[in-house]
Amino acid sequence: MLLADFLIHLLLVAIMPPLLFGIINRTKALIAGRTGPPLLQTYYDLYRLLRKGTVFSKTTTWVFKAGPIVTLATLLIASLLIPLGNHHPPVSFNGDMILFAYLLALGRFFTTIAALDTGSCFEWMGSVREVSFSCLAEPVVFIVLLSLSRLSGSLSLSGLLTYSSAMLWMTSGAAMIMLVASLFFILLAENCRIPFDDPNTHLELTMIHEVMALDHSGPAYGMIIYGATLKLFILGAFFLHVALPLRISNGYLDWLFFMGSIILLSVVVGLVESCMARFRMTRVPQMLLSACVLSTFAMILVLR
Amino acid sequence: MNFVADQFLAIVLLINIVILGTRRIDIAIRAISIQGIFIGLVPILMHNFSYHLLAMTLLVLAVKAIFIPWLLLRATRKVHFTEDVRPLFGYSGNIIACALTTVLAFAIATHLPLTTAHQGLLIVPVSLATILAGAINLGTRRKAIDQVVGYLLLENGIFLFGLLLTETMPLMVEAGALLDLIAGIFVMGIIINHINREFSSIDTSHMTALREPE
Repeated sequence: MLLADFLIHLLLVAIMPPLLFGIINRTKALIAGRTGPPLLQTYYDLYRLLRKGTVFSKTTTWVFKAGPIVTLATLLIASLLIPLGNHHPPVSFNGDMILFAYLLALGRFFTTIAALDTGSCFEWMGSVREVSFSCLAEPVVFIVLLSLSRLSGSLSLSGLLTYSSAMLWMTSGAAMIMLVASLFFILLAENCRIPFDDPNTHLELTMIHEVMALDHSGPAYGMIIYGATLKLFILGAFFLHVALPLRISNGYLDWLFFMGSIILLSVVVGLVESCMARFRMTRVPQMLLSACVLSTFAMILVLR
Repeated sequence: MNFVADQFLAIVLLINIVILGTRRIDIAIRAISIQGIFIGLVPILMHNFSYHLLAMTLLVLAVKAIFIPWLLLRATRKVHFTEDVRPLFGYSGNIIACALTTVLAFAIATHLPLTTAHQGLLIVPVSLATILAGAINLGTRRKAIDQVVGYLLLENGIFLFGLLLTETMPLMVEAGALLDLIAGIFVMGIIINHINREFSSIDTSHMTALREPE
């Protein structure tokens, strides 16, 4: 692969993710008739947090400090595995899809045990919810990966994701519709967006993800926010391969197309958030179960 | 055009899940109306154009996508009910049952002795899955109006199965089936009204009790 593509990949991963949050918030503000925060607000927040000092509670151990670092590190490694648009990722080998899924799981594991380490019952509650919901979300990711792998005949993430194209929609469109539907559920659930979780809620009792980051401060909290945006970026890139697989096969146009489509995806997420209320907590597993069922249907169609 | 038909049929499967999983009747009715549109458009995609086909498509769209949903929505507005009656096995139970029956439908469809022209199509498994989903909805829902939606789901499945014969089936038969459907919905609408007046609730499980509700 070309050095230029490699550098652009790293640059996009490093710089673009916080912009997505800005776009989502701007979309929500515009729909609600407000001016809203500036597009670059997340960058300002990160800069402010990075300059601050950190406070660690005396009851916490090294696990608490390691939590944000490990989570961010796993996400950064995962971002090296995922192809952005029609370009091959910097790292790619057979079976890296398993590594990808487990990197996300490892990041989640460290977020939850860091939260448990504080001994706060709110954080405990958030961890329980996060883990039990991800129990239902993870099979979907695997089933989707399996179906795509079967369609493309490839075992590496870059092979099976860049295989999908407009032609695939013609030949096995039925399966693709279901994959897109289930992946969109997962995209929203994993990134704690409405209707699964409200990123702007102010009540600890109703939080899922935010409650686990309550005790972090300063640069550690900045890492958590950056990690959250990076996760949206990675899963968004994943989703776009299935939902909008247009290949121009001109290197730079492809990069532009990728950036345009992920911005479009953020707008769509913002629109979904503006027109939906959040689900009652008891309904979240039911919706994730539906996503599971959808992806299973897709696999049946693919295997058929 | 078969790939477009396949995508439509996939959407039909998705709508099955929505109907089985939703707890709001207006969503279920709108979903069944959308399903009616997709099902109604499938024959025109599958077969060569003919006026017979066009007439049938228009008739089906008018009845399934507009008239019956309009009737049902009107009924829900007239009969005010807000109680949340859980289905027999809960909403998640319904979704799991839907998944299992769909898998079953796909398994059965590969073993049916179909003509070679129909073997690769999604129509047979999707129609079986929709029929079974309708049966589940009829059997587990306890509100009468939800059961009507289940009945419509069942009918949609049967209609899809009938598509295999569309070219040989006369328009009169289709029209007769649709007329039966409308008559059935009318009768059910009247029954719902009566249940509501009698029990001040449309939970049909009250009807099995011997004593009057206290």
